[in-house]
Amino acid sequence: MLAESLALSALLFTIGVVGVLTRRNAIIIFMCVELMLNAVNLSFVALSRLYGATGQVFVIFVMTVAAAEAAVGLAIIIAIFRHRRSVNLEDINLLKG
Amino acid sequence: MTMGNQFYPLLYGFTFYFFGLVAVASAVLFVTRKSPVAAALWLVNVMFCLAALYIMLDAQFVGAIQVLVYAGAIMVVFVFVVMLLNLGHPSELSDIRGKAGRIIAGVLGLALLAEVMVLARSQFPAQLTLPAAVTTDAALGTAGIIGPIAASLFRQYLLAFELTSILLLTAIIGAVVIGKKRGPTDAG
Repeated sequence: MLAESLALSALLFTIGVVGVLTRRNAIIIFMCVELMLNAVNLSFVALSRLYGATGQVFVIFVMTVAAAEAAVGLAIIIAIFRHRRSVNLEDINLLKG
Repeated sequence: MTMGNQFYPLLYGFTFYFFGLVAVASAVLFVTRKSPVAAALWLVNVMFCLAALYIMLDAQFVGAIQVLVYAGAIMVVFVFVVMLLNLGHPSELSDIRGKAGRIIAGVLGLALLAEVMVLARSQFPAQLTLPAAVTTDAALGTAGIIGPIAASLFRQYLLAFELTSILLLTAIIGAVVIGKKRGPTDAG
């Protein structure tokens, strides 16, 4: 099932990338990033059958980083929403020259 | 461990493909939904399917953590923020980009998928130089499922594990400071 798992992982990662490219809602883009992290986790777990439990340890680290990233990222989104009354990326162009 | 794989290969394969297909279908629905709440719930569905696949791939502990942390905690935070900002109603103007943007994204996605598929079909090295960890099926029989994970987490990766706690502390403080509502009096 290794080949199938890696193919599924690639497919889910691509769907996440397409989501990031096609959406403008910052929260949905964040969720697409979570989907990409999940796809990578699937690769880690599938390969951990071959190479030992190190892959599963890395999945735990990835989940920790994802939790930290979600907390900080959503706080940033809330702070931006207070200023702009919007989470649409088209409206967030403060750094645009 | 790999009991289902050994004794019921047909059933194992069917279940594996079933959860895989449901995961992909849910992911596509997640990307295409207009409402953030509907998208979040489809993403939760993807995560449950992935948890099932983790369990089928002999990673039961990771499967449980996936349900508890990802589907249970992280996605609840997302839905909570959607509720807090009152974004549950999809605006009359969809946030999905126009036709040109979608075509470009589709082409880029197909290119990436082809590239990753080619990479996935290449040969894996038979022996990676990883820190020594005992996880053959025979060793799993004596050490259990969590034993090998704990052994490498608390021995080889102890420093990384401790640094993770600093990362989490920093993230908590950062989230509180960024999310704090500044009153008109203290403009700092």
